[in-house]
Amino acid sequence: MAKRIDVNGLNAYYGGHKAIEDITLHVEPRSVTAFIGPSGCGKSTFLRTLNRMHEVTPGGRVEGEVLLDNENLYGPGVDPVQVRRTVGMVFQRPNPFPTMSIYDNVLAGVRLNGIRYSRSQLDDLVEKNLRGANLWKEVKDRLHKPGAGLSGGQQQRLCLARATAVEPDVLLMDEPCSALDPISTLAIEDLIDQMKSRYTIVIVTHNMQQAARVSERTAFFNLAGVGQPGRLIEVDATDKIFSNPSEKATEDYISGRFG
Amino acid sequence: MSDTDRTRNEPGPERRGGPPRPPEVAPENGGVAQEHDRAAHELAAVAPMVSGQSVPVHPETARPAEVPSETRVEEHQERVIITPPVRPPTMGLRRPRLPRWTPLGLAVGSLAFAVAVGLVAGLDSRVQWGLIAALVFVAANFALTAAVEGRRQAVDKLALSLIWTSFLVAVLPLASLVWETVARGIPTVSWDFLTHSMNGVLSWQQGGGIYHALLATLQQVALASLIAIPIGLLTAVYLVEYGRGSLARAITFFVDVMTGIPSIVAGLFVLTLWIMALDFGYSGFAGALALSILMMPIVVRATEEMLKLVPNELREAALALGVPKWRVILKVVLPTAIGGITTGVMLAIARIAGETAPILLLVFGSNLINANPFEGPQSSLPLFVYEQWGYGTEEAYDRAWAAALVLIVLIMILNLVARGVARWKAPKTGR
Amino acid sequence: MSPTTTASPPSTGRTGDRIFSGLSKGAGIALLAIMAAIAVFLTARAVVAIRANEGNFLTTFEWNANADPPVFGIAVLLFGTVASSLIAMLLAVPVAVGIALFISHYAPRRLATPIGYVVDLLAAVPSIIYGLWGALFLVPRLTGLYEWLDQFFGWTGVLSYDGSPARSLMTVGILLAIMILPIITSVTREVFLQTPKANEEAALALGATRWEVVRMAVLPFGRSGVISASMLGLGRALGETMAVATVLSPAFLINLSLLESGGATFAQNIASQFKEAGSMGRDALIASGLVLFLLTLVVNGAARLIIARHKEYSGAAA
Repeated sequence: MAKRIDVNGLNAYYGGHKAIEDITLHVEPRSVTAFIGPSGCGKSTFLRTLNRMHEVTPGGRVEGEVLLDNENLYGPGVDPVQVRRTVGMVFQRPNPFPTMSIYDNVLAGVRLNGIRYSRSQLDDLVEKNLRGANLWKEVKDRLHKPGAGLSGGQQQRLCLARATAVEPDVLLMDEPCSALDPISTLAIEDLIDQMKSRYTIVIVTHNMQQAARVSERTAFFNLAGVGQPGRLIEVDATDKIFSNPSEKATEDYISGRFG
Repeated sequence: MSDTDRTRNEPGPERRGGPPRPPEVAPENGGVAQEHDRAAHELAAVAPMVSGQSVPVHPETARPAEVPSETRVEEHQERVIITPPVRPPTMGLRRPRLPRWTPLGLAVGSLAFAVAVGLVAGLDSRVQWGLIAALVFVAANFALTAAVEGRRQAVDKLALSLIWTSFLVAVLPLASLVWETVARGIPTVSWDFLTHSMNGVLSWQQGGGIYHALLATLQQVALASLIAIPIGLLTAVYLVEYGRGSLARAITFFVDVMTGIPSIVAGLFVLTLWIMALDFGYSGFAGALALSILMMPIVVRATEEMLKLVPNELREAALALGVPKWRVILKVVLPTAIGGITTGVMLAIARIAGETAPILLLVFGSNLINANPFEGPQSSLPLFVYEQWGYGTEEAYDRAWAAALVLIVLIMILNLVARGVARWKAPKTGR
Repeated sequence: MSPTTTASPPSTGRTGDRIFSGLSKGAGIALLAIMAAIAVFLTARAVVAIRANEGNFLTTFEWNANADPPVFGIAVLLFGTVASSLIAMLLAVPVAVGIALFISHYAPRRLATPIGYVVDLLAAVPSIIYGLWGALFLVPRLTGLYEWLDQFFGWTGVLSYDGSPARSLMTVGILLAIMILPIITSVTREVFLQTPKANEEAALALGATRWEVVRMAVLPFGRSGVISASMLGLGRALGETMAVATVLSPAFLINLSLLESGGATFAQNIASQFKEAGSMGRDALIASGLVLFLLTLVVNGAARLIIARHKEYSGAAA
């Protein structure tokens, strides 16, 4: 299931503005990779190029290649819909569908498959994925209530359940904890730890402790100045990045001497 | 793919045959453990290919799923969840796609088909040809896409064609409306037309003009605005700045109700009150009263929206300086919102300038210039259009189109200026 | 109203405040008074007419209010009004939703903004101009369509056609549909544009096609907006006078075949009978106007209720 990602010479643009430049990066399957860096360095943009969500933004454009198990996401004939089906995403702010119940939120993606399931199969899918997101116990008695009635942390875990329900090969997380309180953050981090055996996980985070806690490898992004495109400075084992980075810029950022 | 091989290695209950993706066998939270198990198998199978990989394989994850994990102990249920396959059998990044020129080809094809059918069956209406072509195109596009790309894509394309169709279907009559008015109106519009009344002009004669109607419309709209704008503004101020409790709620509700009053009902009301009960005669002012009833709720709504956009900090800052509230409203709140309010008021004016029904009941209509809106029948532009249409002669139709053109131009100018004001004074926000 | 405070601010401010708040409150009350007056005056005249009426106000198929004794009933008007408005809704709502989606989610950006702009302008075109266009341009072009409908669906009875000029309730319905299209579209488009981007992205990230995004995120979010926009459009259609008066060839009868001329609507009946009406005739027309008023009141009230409910719902969710 989990697939490896190889990015080669990737540029991304917003209209005429180059947001990220010449990024080459490899992500192993069943691992957690964290992207860190200052605001505006393009790490979120880069993340969104990994499931072709970047081009949804008006003016969004990508050059270069992203290989998912050697298949280029940007190759001719590749369907962005299929790409997004294969590479799941969890967003910064929890975004359950407000008009759907918890139950329907979990199944939102599954229902797109066009496969008919029996009632009990659907029940099983919901239960399994809610359990997988450590949410089952909290919501099992109100599965048919609106998902928007949950707390922020619960909503985010619901979004995780929704993303895993379609069994993607890769899970992208765009600062999944930045809108959450510390306890919910911990819950999400635990989940990431549990899920890394199944998925290739890439997480963007502003929180360096979080990167250190959850990831095996860390990539540091930076930009030369305002209006300049973001670049990948270095990527290495998380221990190494946080103890003995090769680049001066990384060390400055890690130790808080940035800017 | 080695999927099938792998599933054979996997312990667990039987699964429905067929799909290449193995269903998940997940004992509660231990589903993770189960996944670990499969992951280990998978890894073992492909290890040589991805050597150098740093994913740790812990011995315990390679053990069967029955291994109790901490999370399992606290669960009272022992149910094993077998989930159905959620991935469609044909899952890859690519899918079969029709060539890019398909829609164009289909369009040409269905057009040709429609023309052929039309000629053979002797359908003389081009509209029917168009309908046949559109139907054939939508159906063929759906069928072809469903066959080649799959049902989801076909539904997507169907929605796309329906949405485009609805757009085109709507554009045609609306464009025709504007085109007809302009094309038929322009020949008659002249300086003479704008500066003469219909005094002494018979319905089958050429000539005459709309001066009396134009003048009356301007007077009636001005009078209506004089009544409606102060009441509307003050009501909105009350609702936003002072209003609490049931009175404010009642006003809000009835403003909404008032928005929906048919113009003819407003006309009937003024008729009963002004002309029947108070025994005044037909006059431009009576029409203006009805127009003001139609205008008030629009002004209230627009002003209310704009006042609500004024940030509270601004009010608090001024109040904190010890300025009395009424001065804060007059000097700070209203000026901040003035752009939006102007826009709303102008749109309301544009709306009532085209009203015909209440004028018909209350102003009665006249072919003569009556510059006094308080006494005697007047005309009005929309009423003029209606009257000329009613005469039913070609000459009268020409005048009707010309007056309609003048009316449209008047209203478009009001609208464009209103929107210009809105853009010019717009608070700098996102969208 | 506000609690009197012990500390007295400068007196000018206080009196000024009192005057100003009194004025604004007065304006609000004036508005309520107008609404009340509308109901009272119309009802008063209507009662006079209904008392004198020799026929049954609800079921009589005649309108001889000037006769002595007066005989009139609103059955025909009610049928004509409701039938033409329903036709208008059936035609306009799906198309309006389509255009709104087109503007909000399908059209290329460069096209979407000007189209939205034009739609707003069209919503401001006076109804008399729609009427003129309908009578002189649309009516002659509909006979072909009606003949075709008669050929294939004439057996239903509802769509049979006798070849008379197309000044029927169906034509009125079509014209009303064209008229309310811009209004419904512009409200609906606003609602669709407010769909949270986050929800659209969530749907996209699950691998939804464009239509599936619309179905998962946009339509559920905009549903109550569409309903209330349609109700507003319906309110407009029910009360429309001039467009109907110019297009319809009225006859005081209920003709179940919607393609053939005949029928009448409340507003059109008032406009076309008013000039010939005597004092009883006017009261009778006012009585029918009161019914129209109540009808639009119910429709608009329902629309507002739906909007308010939706606000409550999303407010609680936030």
